[in-house]
Amino acid sequence: MSPRETTAQVDFFRGVWKENPVIIQMLGLCPALAVTNTVANSLAMGFATFFVLTGSSLLVSLTKKWVPSEVRIPTFILIIATFVTVADMSLEALVPVIHKQLGAFVALIVVNCMILSRQEAFASKRPVGRSLLDAFGTGVGFIIAMVMMGSVREVLGNGTLLGYSLFGPNFEPWVIFILPPGGFLTLGFWLLFFNWWQKLREERAKVREWPDGVAAPVEGRAA
Amino acid sequence: MTAPVQLEGKHEVKASKLLATLALAGAGAGFLIVFVWSWTQPIIQAYKAEQLRLAVQEVLGEPDHFDTLYVYEGALVKDLPTGVDGTALEQVFLGYAAGGERIGFAVAYGEPGFQDIVRVIFGYDRAGQQVLGMKVLESKETPGLGDKIEKDTSFVNQFSGASAPLLGVKAREATGDPHEIDMITGATISSRVVIRIINSTVERLGPLMDAYTGQVARGDTGGTR
Repeated sequence: MSPRETTAQVDFFRGVWKENPVIIQMLGLCPALAVTNTVANSLAMGFATFFVLTGSSLLVSLTKKWVPSEVRIPTFILIIATFVTVADMSLEALVPVIHKQLGAFVALIVVNCMILSRQEAFASKRPVGRSLLDAFGTGVGFIIAMVMMGSVREVLGNGTLLGYSLFGPNFEPWVIFILPPGGFLTLGFWLLFFNWWQKLREERAKVREWPDGVAAPVEGRAA
Repeated sequence: MTAPVQLEGKHEVKASKLLATLALAGAGAGFLIVFVWSWTQPIIQAYKAEQLRLAVQEVLGEPDHFDTLYVYEGALVKDLPTGVDGTALEQVFLGYAAGGERIGFAVAYGEPGFQDIVRVIFGYDRAGQQVLGMKVLESKETPGLGDKIEKDTSFVNQFSGASAPLLGVKAREATGDPHEIDMITGATISSRVVIRIINSTVERLGPLMDAYTGQVARGDTGGTR
């Protein structure tokens, strides 16, 4: 069976929003919970993951004809691990302060199932261009989710955004938001918000399907 | 377009091909990592050396110059015997004012904190038994709480001029004693670690510092640039 045909636009935007890796697919939650206590950390982890994802997708797609399916998973892991090591060393050399804050989590990108899943589900079956678009989209979606987490946690937990004080010296920060439980709380609130929004949109779409002047049926009541 | 997914048992792939694929992938990965390592390593080492130099300058209050001493066979030595690698030994920095007077020693040391090793460098005037300054070099303490040991200037500034051994006290219990350091509310463990590092290092290396200064006074070695 050949893979279903999609347009380039769909390949890109699917990962950005409709199938956002963190908010919708619930993948890559380890870094999304662990290093999103500030926006700067979230951005650095987001871009490092973006780099690993696009690099791996490019290489996996380029070499798919020569890699036997029996050894594809070890090969994908090897490729991902190589890009992670490159990202780790480059971050330490170029932005040592941020590298210090991310700690062990850069090395842990290698076990981010979001990356491996894109290789197995997409890059190993599609042409290079499409694979890159998919990786860009998923990477951007991951960065958006990380920044969403990081901004809430930094603003509430530290009273700052990207290090700039927002509320002045009298603000009493909600420290819990920059501690590990704050990661779970923030993710929970975002998921609650998106589920509520999705439900609202579905209900509005249902209402639009009925002609003017006719009330849409309410669940549990006869139309 | 892409090739269809091969179903198991449809065809045989030679073991040699599988091995060759993995070997090639491994070799390629190795080459790339070595290439990036050789590019980044000098930058990383230079950054670390510069950070240490700046930290020594900061905790000793901008000395004119400083000597690097090594803890070797239970003593501080300036010149190591040939064949001994100084990078593997603990280092102590001795700062001098423009006139050649000794300002104090700077020592970097680490101990386990709340999350991971906290590494601190501090300046110490052995003659006056006084801490000259403190700077956290490495710490993974909780952001917003434990990391105040490096970000909270009122905590950091207390170390300049404090008398060793230090005594950690809660802010409301402070009596104004020069040995006292007000600990950070909510980060007591991290605050205690910094104090413990300084006290234990002073206790451990203090006699070595005395021995070295005695040696200098006898004219064995001096603060040369």
